[in-house]
Amino acid sequence: MSQRYEKTFSGLKKKGEGAFIPFVMLGDPGMEESEAIIETLVESGADALELGIPFSDPVADGPVIQTSANRALARGATPEGCLDILAKVRGKYPDIPMGLLVYANLVIGGERFYPYAAASGVDSVLVADVPTLMAAPFVQRARDAGIDPVFIVPPNASDEKLREIAALTKGYTYFLGRAGVTGADLEMKVPLSSKITLLKDAGAPPIVVGFGISRPEHVRASLKAGADGAISGSATVAIVAAHLKDNRKMEMIKMRAELAAFVKNMKSATRP
Amino acid sequence: MEITQEITQGITRGFFGGFGGMFVPEILVPTLLELDKAFEEARKDPQFTSEFEGLLKEYAGRETPLYRCRNLTSGTKATIYLKREDLLHGGAHKTNQVIGQALLARRMGKTRLIAETGAGQHGVATALAGALFKMKTRVYMGSKDMERQAPNVFRMKLMGTEVVPVETGSRGLKDAINEALRDWAASYENTHYLLGTVAGPHPFPTIVREFQRVIGREAKRQILEAEGRLPDAVFACVGGGSNAMGIFADFIDEPSVKLIGVEPAGHGLHTDKHGATIEKGRPGILHGSYSYVLQDENGQIRESHSLSAGLDYPGVGAQHSYLHSIGRARYVGITDREALDAFTRLSREEGIIPALESSHALAQALKDARDAAEPRLYIVNLSGRGDKDIEQVMPYIDGGGL
Repeated sequence: MSQRYEKTFSGLKKKGEGAFIPFVMLGDPGMEESEAIIETLVESGADALELGIPFSDPVADGPVIQTSANRALARGATPEGCLDILAKVRGKYPDIPMGLLVYANLVIGGERFYPYAAASGVDSVLVADVPTLMAAPFVQRARDAGIDPVFIVPPNASDEKLREIAALTKGYTYFLGRAGVTGADLEMKVPLSSKITLLKDAGAPPIVVGFGISRPEHVRASLKAGADGAISGSATVAIVAAHLKDNRKMEMIKMRAELAAFVKNMKSATRP
Repeated sequence: MEITQEITQGITRGFFGGFGGMFVPEILVPTLLELDKAFEEARKDPQFTSEFEGLLKEYAGRETPLYRCRNLTSGTKATIYLKREDLLHGGAHKTNQVIGQALLARRMGKTRLIAETGAGQHGVATALAGALFKMKTRVYMGSKDMERQAPNVFRMKLMGTEVVPVETGSRGLKDAINEALRDWAASYENTHYLLGTVAGPHPFPTIVREFQRVIGREAKRQILEAEGRLPDAVFACVGGGSNAMGIFADFIDEPSVKLIGVEPAGHGLHTDKHGATIEKGRPGILHGSYSYVLQDENGQIRESHSLSAGLDYPGVGAQHSYLHSIGRARYVGITDREALDAFTRLSREEGIIPALESSHALAQALKDARDAAEPRLYIVNLSGRGDKDIEQVMPYIDGGGL
């Protein structure tokens, strides 16, 4: 396993900061643009990256991320092509943790997925439609490749399930800000600090809140409840989606400026 | 298969061989386990089963006849019996299991039903259950299917169901299931997802099969009464595969009975316009289950095609994948054109207008009847009636020279 999550979170802790982690879909709107977008996120202060590989039937995603996946697929994005983008990003940024968010059918296609992801510099893989009950072979393949398997803590998890997830998830713990699918239209609910305490006591790696995080106050509320960071997906992707007009060069400049401002604003909320 | 075999070493429930499972976001797992438990308790509860059977009889009109075709097989050595699920209230076999699941939903204290629909038959069945049990009901339907099945959209609305058009993906059944799953991830506390087929995550493949099992149980008794012997083969169309599992279930342990699942070959299996999941797909994970899936080399789900909306699905129930893998059932393809021919022939020869879906099963039985060198006894599951398809079929009949 890489030590990137551990180093990043302990470094932030020393500074008294939380992590801000933006999510974007690889290959959206196109391969070259995708690489430039990720660079912008890193340069603007993202502490780690969460990246999607587009899938035709993303049942855990709301309309913004679905549409993003469709755009990427329409432009010919493949899992291998997406990982090749990350290999380039890794070349430029050797220390930033990079996590993948994927669906099971992309992973089981071959034995090659986890090793290829590892070789591309990926630190963790979260498979959205693989719950702990079905996780054993996926965890094994991730570990064999030196990748951290990440699991989601849903709001309806029992204490027993919280402890199970705490033991299974590596790198970080993905704590759902609310029920439902991804999307910024429905805001996160402040996590119960009792649940976060239970996870931490059970030895869970750093806790990051996702789903419904679109504004700095969501980041602050998550950290206040005891989380170590926050992920913002749909709000980030919505900025990409807003700049897809004809004049691509101009639009890319505007998109990157807006993404930079968004990341800086969200990141500032992680500071005391 | 390798990947699920590692899981099934620890868990055997919910798998058929290596197929099936519960591949859903973590948030849906407690709800699926609750459903599994409620179903296992209910099926042992005499009060539940007697209410279910009572409604099947008095409300849905069971048992349905097993009708011997008088004219259709003349000139062949075969006899074809039709299991008349088309005569069931609602117009298709879907009503059977919808009543069962609605009773389960009520038992679990749920107040709202959601469902997906392709041809609209499952949507109509869910709508009638929603009305009967006074539950708020929402049906997701691909906008492509809403166009080709307009009468069923109206029926659902008439019974007080909200029909939500799905504009994502291929705007068909697959996408309607995606939307229903997304709804459920937020609404599980008060909502039951009334999945319409034997696909999807555990426990749906088992629940839906058990509530549809009545089709085969009746057919078996009826054929023994009429002919004094078991049939040589049972034919059923397979989209997700619920009518097929329903009629197959009681024949699986009768090795002399061939089980024939008929998939939609669309424009032909040599084209990419078909929905022949088992014949042309490979195992993968779609809608919560490991089963055969139409997909590209990267694992993206492919769009299926069939003239019949109810078979237009790139996945298939896990138990069908299993029956295929052990060779217990045989899966074959019937094209749009062949299904239309069977649709017309049954209408003209017997005065029965079959659903386009069921016409696929009939077409295969007619093929086998034509080729039979010795007397053969066949049962075809006539899973639904064709009234819903009239508008869609009209241009083919008028212009197609049938």
